[in-house]
Amino acid sequence: MRKIALTGLAAVVSLAIYADTTTLAQLFTRQIPNGQRVQQALNRLTFGPRPGDADAVNAMGLKRWLDLQLHPQQIPENPVLEAKLKIMDTLFMSSEQLVRDYPSPQVVRQMMNGQMPYPTDPDRRMMIQKLVAKYEKKQGQNAQNGQPNPMGDPQALRDLLTPEQIHALRTGSPQDRIAMFQALPADKQDDVIEAMPGPLRQAMFAAAPPELRRRLEMAAGPAQVVARDLTESKVLRAVYSNRQLDEVLADFWFNHFNVFMDKGADRYLVTEYERDSIRPHVLGKFRDLLEATAKSPAMLFYLDNWQSVDPNAPQARRPGANTKQQRRGLNENYGRELMELHTLGVDGGYTQKDVTEVARCFTGWTIYQPQRGGKFVFNPRLHDGGEKVVLGVRIPAGGGIHDGEKVLDIVAHHPSTAHFISKKLAMRFVADDPPESLVAHMAQTFAKTDGDIRAVLETMLDSKEFWSEGAYRTKVKSPLEMVASAVRAVNGDVDFAAPLVNQLTQLGEPLYRKVEPTGYSNSSKEWLNSAGLVARMNFALQLADNKVPGVKVATGNKPDAALAGIPLGSPEFQKH
Amino acid sequence: MMSTRRIFLRNSALAMVGAGTAPLWLTRALAASDGSTQRKKILVAIFQRGAADGLNIVVPHGERAYYDLRPTIHIPRPSANGDRQADAAIDLDGFFGLHPSLAPLKPLFDQKHLAIVDAAGSPDPTRSHFDAQDYMESGTPGRKATESGWMNRALPKVQGPAAAQASPVRAVSLGPTLSRTMSGDSPAIAVQTIAGFQVKNAQAAEQFEQMYEASKDPVLQATGRETFEAVKLLQSIQQQSYTPAAGAQYPRSQFGDKLKQIAQLIKANVGMEMAFADIGQWDHHVNEVGQRASEGQLANLLRDYGQALSAFWTDLGDRMSDVVLVTMSEFGRTAHENGNRGTDHGHANCMFVMGGDVKGGKVYGKWPGLAREQLYEGRDLALTTDFRDVLGELVVRHSGNPTLKGVFPGYDPKFLGLV
Repeated sequence: MRKIALTGLAAVVSLAIYADTTTLAQLFTRQIPNGQRVQQALNRLTFGPRPGDADAVNAMGLKRWLDLQLHPQQIPENPVLEAKLKIMDTLFMSSEQLVRDYPSPQVVRQMMNGQMPYPTDPDRRMMIQKLVAKYEKKQGQNAQNGQPNPMGDPQALRDLLTPEQIHALRTGSPQDRIAMFQALPADKQDDVIEAMPGPLRQAMFAAAPPELRRRLEMAAGPAQVVARDLTESKVLRAVYSNRQLDEVLADFWFNHFNVFMDKGADRYLVTEYERDSIRPHVLGKFRDLLEATAKSPAMLFYLDNWQSVDPNAPQARRPGANTKQQRRGLNENYGRELMELHTLGVDGGYTQKDVTEVARCFTGWTIYQPQRGGKFVFNPRLHDGGEKVVLGVRIPAGGGIHDGEKVLDIVAHHPSTAHFISKKLAMRFVADDPPESLVAHMAQTFAKTDGDIRAVLETMLDSKEFWSEGAYRTKVKSPLEMVASAVRAVNGDVDFAAPLVNQLTQLGEPLYRKVEPTGYSNSSKEWLNSAGLVARMNFALQLADNKVPGVKVATGNKPDAALAGIPLGSPEFQKH
Repeated sequence: MMSTRRIFLRNSALAMVGAGTAPLWLTRALAASDGSTQRKKILVAIFQRGAADGLNIVVPHGERAYYDLRPTIHIPRPSANGDRQADAAIDLDGFFGLHPSLAPLKPLFDQKHLAIVDAAGSPDPTRSHFDAQDYMESGTPGRKATESGWMNRALPKVQGPAAAQASPVRAVSLGPTLSRTMSGDSPAIAVQTIAGFQVKNAQAAEQFEQMYEASKDPVLQATGRETFEAVKLLQSIQQQSYTPAAGAQYPRSQFGDKLKQIAQLIKANVGMEMAFADIGQWDHHVNEVGQRASEGQLANLLRDYGQALSAFWTDLGDRMSDVVLVTMSEFGRTAHENGNRGTDHGHANCMFVMGGDVKGGKVYGKWPGLAREQLYEGRDLALTTDFRDVLGELVVRHSGNPTLKGVFPGYDPKFLGLV
């Protein structure tokens, strides 16, 4: 059922302005002047223009620039970004390696008990042996394993340092503290970090060189570093990447195939998920993207499919399991969201029966050792081998892993999917309520090209609607778009991004932490409210006044630096 | 404008007296001495996102089928035996019992200030969280095109000069974004924290206010105006830290913080009439219940939930005579447990209604039974009370808005006699 929505923010805004003379449909046929086209491209296809960006696009030609953004591998990446990401080694690790090298307290305990091998890397090994020693020391003291004491350990600090050194650490300038610290023998340094109270660590952090920062982060618990790296790298990429459309799409598709990072094992699975399942396909074939997510441990875990088994399967009770906890059966969660959110859309024409049948097809799609990084496996013994009918298509008995793959074929090639995906892209890039003519056109391309995302975007960029008054500056930025575009607009130098990540939480968009499978909204309405507005204005003021830790902005010694952020908090800057 | 400001300031000064040491009668006398500060009735709506498992919250322990359908994740029958009490349902009426984590609410039920409506919810058959929340928040099941939320439409209309004098915080949604329930034509604001609700630089605030006022974008203009009016008002009540009354202890959780701030706003007498807060993470497909009924995900979440509601009650004290709090969740969960010691998406659920004027101590609604042929589509608790029956009665009889047609278009709520 298509509903022609004539409301939404864009419509309200535009209609109120043009009510007497122009209908909404006409706004999408009125072209913006040529001089605004570069601005429109930068607004919608990047995280906001930096000073000089428009000139650069003009110099190379808009057509050429668009073509390059659609083929990001042809754009050399910004070396500044690469240098900033290099230290974040978790970004380049497999989930399995993350579990071992950045262990949670549980994993450290397993290593302690010999249930899991120590990492092979000698430094890493030593770090974990220290953690083990610490836990052993704390055992019996009712300490929370692995959770550092925020107050530090004053006695240990007194044992390690002279009173003068402690005084320097407490009251010295950041540079003095670092100098004193770095003069300590290497073997003492880690123990000192360990014994320092949390606020002291934070005070040292800003002035510390990257390698020391890493050790300070590790002291807060190695498991936290994984999430820190991922969230901070997302902000850094949005601000610095030369492949801006690629980044915008990575954000778009991650939200489309959303996974909540704080759901159990997903803490260690999301890094690999975004890197290996989402990013390679953001401009590729939709079917490939869909399968990559369907077979990712992160999604299998998030939507529970890894535990969904044929209730009649002989393995429904695990061997040796005597507790009733081990009884397993069908779980519909993934089957439903696959159709409702990933492909057909909620009005895409499926029934409860289809949900159950799809869930049966995916039984046995599970994870080998989810708590240790996990790998997708198909376990035929957990699979419901019977015949299924999905959306009217018969899937004969005995298909094994091909049942699920067949479902992905059916839903990826369903006309509802072509329409649903095209509309969602048009909502992100064109308008909250994109004209149906445009969506139909994009859906045609989707169907014709076997779901080629790049081709669908080309159709959109060739359309009149994308370059129309109905689209130009009619959307409100999401918090991520607002924060990244503000930093870009003032050419901010991001030394460390954790404070920006925290800002996003204040603005209502904690990264990788959208609990619901819907992901964060594409719609302007969602982000326009008084609490968000106050937070945006405060962020704007802080940023331009050089008060956001970790971000340097050239203020040029203006006497009114406290008010320099006003343009960034203005109504105009909230739109793009 | 000036006079409104003055009223706000005076009201909030009064609130500080109320929250502090002055005797309650003094506050009351002051309030009653001036017609313009007549206390409004307040409706608080709580949304349990993710589809709470009503059958394990209000346990039909008198129904054998419940235990058959949930061999490993049921809540045991009420026990007289002290050892097991903490892991068994708390009996309410011989047939229903509360989950043990909700023990703090039992006294409210006994004092007849807490009513439960069972087998209630949205009649729409969807089992999609997204759709079902959307329908329940818009108040129009099955109809997606509804732009506004029911609570916004339920706000009694003010017109003419009264509109200019209306409080900018008549409708407050706790959280970083305005909830669907609260959005609509009547001004409503989202507040993450009362204390944080201000532009940190006064000069900048003034300039921003002018810029938003001058914006050609009517939505940004209106949002800006709402924002700055509310900022000024809330600033006047955040001058001192808030201490809950009567030793009420809110849990240290997001939900506890939200209810505490709602209580603070109520006591500040700033003209709030509707408040909304949500609490997430109810989607328990896996390991819903731990090895014992008092352990595991559901038990932990209910502990937070029950303690927060109970603290809210204690904190507001006599003031609860002006307040009704109602809870809802988008749908219930399957009557039978699934293969992972959890439950899947179901249909009917339970709602709580709490307040000084609530006729509590009773489980309302017709119980449909859990025998196979009694279940909705053979799997879920059937629905016997439309959620709009509950909300409609509160809107009319508590909030004093007689025009339900606009609140729940196309539906004619049947009142249960809750207030």
